[in-house]
Amino acid sequence: MNRLNQLFAAKKNNLLSIYYTAGYPALNTTVDIAEALEKAGADFLEVGFPYSDPVADGPTIQHSSEQALENGMTLNQLFEELTELRKRVTIPILLMGYFNPIAQYGVERFCKKAAELGVDGVIVPDLPMYEYEALYSAHFINNNLSNIFLVTPQTSPDRIRKIDELSNSFIYLLSSSSITGGSLQLTNSIEDYYKRIKAMELKNPTIIGFGISDNATFKKACEYANGAIVGSKFVKLLAEEGYMEKIPVFVRDIRP
Amino acid sequence: MKYGVNEHGYYGDFGGAYIPEMLYPNVEELRQQYLTIINDPDFKAEFDDLLKNYVGRPSPLYHAKRYSEKYGANIFFKREDLNHTGSHKINNAIGQILLAKRLGKKRIIAETGAGQHGVATATVCALMGIECVVYMGEIDMARQAPNVSRMKMLGATVRPASSGSKTLKDATNEALRDWIANPVDTHYIIGSVVGPYPYPDMVARFQSIISEETKKQLVEHTGKELPEYVLACVGGGSNAMGMFYHFLDDEQVKLVAVEAAGKGVDSGHSAATTFLGHEGVLHGSRTILMQTPDGQVVEPYSISAGLDYPGIGPQHAHLYKINRALYVSVTDDEAMRAGLLCSQMEGIIPAIESSHALAQLEKMKFNPTDNVVICLSGRGDKDLDTFIKYFGY
Repeated sequence: MNRLNQLFAAKKNNLLSIYYTAGYPALNTTVDIAEALEKAGADFLEVGFPYSDPVADGPTIQHSSEQALENGMTLNQLFEELTELRKRVTIPILLMGYFNPIAQYGVERFCKKAAELGVDGVIVPDLPMYEYEALYSAHFINNNLSNIFLVTPQTSPDRIRKIDELSNSFIYLLSSSSITGGSLQLTNSIEDYYKRIKAMELKNPTIIGFGISDNATFKKACEYANGAIVGSKFVKLLAEEGYMEKIPVFVRDIRP
Repeated sequence: MKYGVNEHGYYGDFGGAYIPEMLYPNVEELRQQYLTIINDPDFKAEFDDLLKNYVGRPSPLYHAKRYSEKYGANIFFKREDLNHTGSHKINNAIGQILLAKRLGKKRIIAETGAGQHGVATATVCALMGIECVVYMGEIDMARQAPNVSRMKMLGATVRPASSGSKTLKDATNEALRDWIANPVDTHYIIGSVVGPYPYPDMVARFQSIISEETKKQLVEHTGKELPEYVLACVGGGSNAMGMFYHFLDDEQVKLVAVEAAGKGVDSGHSAATTFLGHEGVLHGSRTILMQTPDGQVVEPYSISAGLDYPGIGPQHAHLYKINRALYVSVTDDEAMRAGLLCSQMEGIIPAIESSHALAQLEKMKFNPTDNVVICLSGRGDKDLDTFIKYFGY
């Protein structure tokens, strides 16, 4: 049991997770932002580490990644910043980023280091199921790190079952087949997709991400899943003056 | 094939499909169907007919007599520059558009660096009456303006990639993002032997016509189907893979892949991937790529836009690692001189990409009886501006 499992055991509905890019808008803000988000009421957090070629991301998160890289963010820097994490933050933390920086750091070394610092899970959008299972899953499991898989409206039922088997905390449902930063458009086919997933009665909880930006989209997502993730909208807030003071209101606006 | 891809899409340690779940259904559909489709007799008949009557194949294998005297061996040029649209890129574009049609796709996207693959894709889309969107880095659009006009004239939409370094790798990122947003009706025609499995294998098969013809043509010229040496330039590596393909299992044939050293391998302005790169993941496959110690992709440099790519295809990474092919590099200056030499000794103005392969001849020692084949992957018309500026004509 890691903190994610404990959270999902205790709370089944309206879970709110926030994503932000480490190193944006400046270095040495990662734990400050995490602490502020916990105080504001977020249930868990996704901390992105930047990559030069983020193919699954839209303009907002691309921009934050470029800026973070210019600021000097690296995995080493991030791990340095996270040294204080568990002295100040108690909610579950996931790291999210692309595979190549992890591969250069060394997958085993990365998992060990993340676990040591109190990280609970990892989301690597471009590490697919076959490669994860065949080559890397042992490192995640040995370090009690949850690997989170994505599911899209096009993912087949068989594949969703397989993802459910390999998952041990939650499954990340994409609200549409798109890059980050769009808006949640609830067409009939998307509602059918949510209903279809709900009817499958998966063993893992589900969290909806991509396109959640306000209370309306958050509430809608929570009708079908255990909670939702806000990303691009929060990254936009970080570009504003005095963003630290605005975090409580931001979180309250999404989930009063 | 000993050096071919395994059932999981790997060549030794390289390959695979490192893609986000959003791309999985598209790539999986291709993986399940590409071999069935391209081995179907109707597909083969249509592909062969278009290659013959539209592209103008077989491309000649030309015995370059003055070059042969100069370098002391029998030098042959495989004339991909004579293909319709001016390079080998059309072979793959024809194959993939026929495949896309059979998959029921209504829209084509592509990335392009120098514009050769974009022009080839726009051409086959016009031929088939299918909508075409080409992504091209903003910087490349400025330095390859004539090809942008060509694509537009052929009816394609050219979208600038303005993220990151605004060149080929970013155009590829934008095309991938488009494919994520349009998973059902769109096929992505990747232009090189890169990307997630099955692309590297599929593109290599479409380009393998180059070595298939060469073997037959060598028998006519020399009485033997195997040469001593085969040379080709490598950016992503599609002309080289097509040129090597049917010689891979003939271990006595020495394969030489020529990378772009730019201003010199150690100058900080280079695209010599095997010299400067490390193993990692780029655009969906495990391969060798130029990157920082933190795993960020490094922007390469070459005077040739077609070789200006930070990685190589996974099969090349494998051939490099197991020493089946020799990977060497040639600088901008060496390539430009070789392009001028070929123009003035053989009356052929080669693309700057192909000039890199020609430049390697200067560095090799041959026996007089050696047969040497060089892939002349493209013609130099698109590079006239660069040649003119460089030599001051």
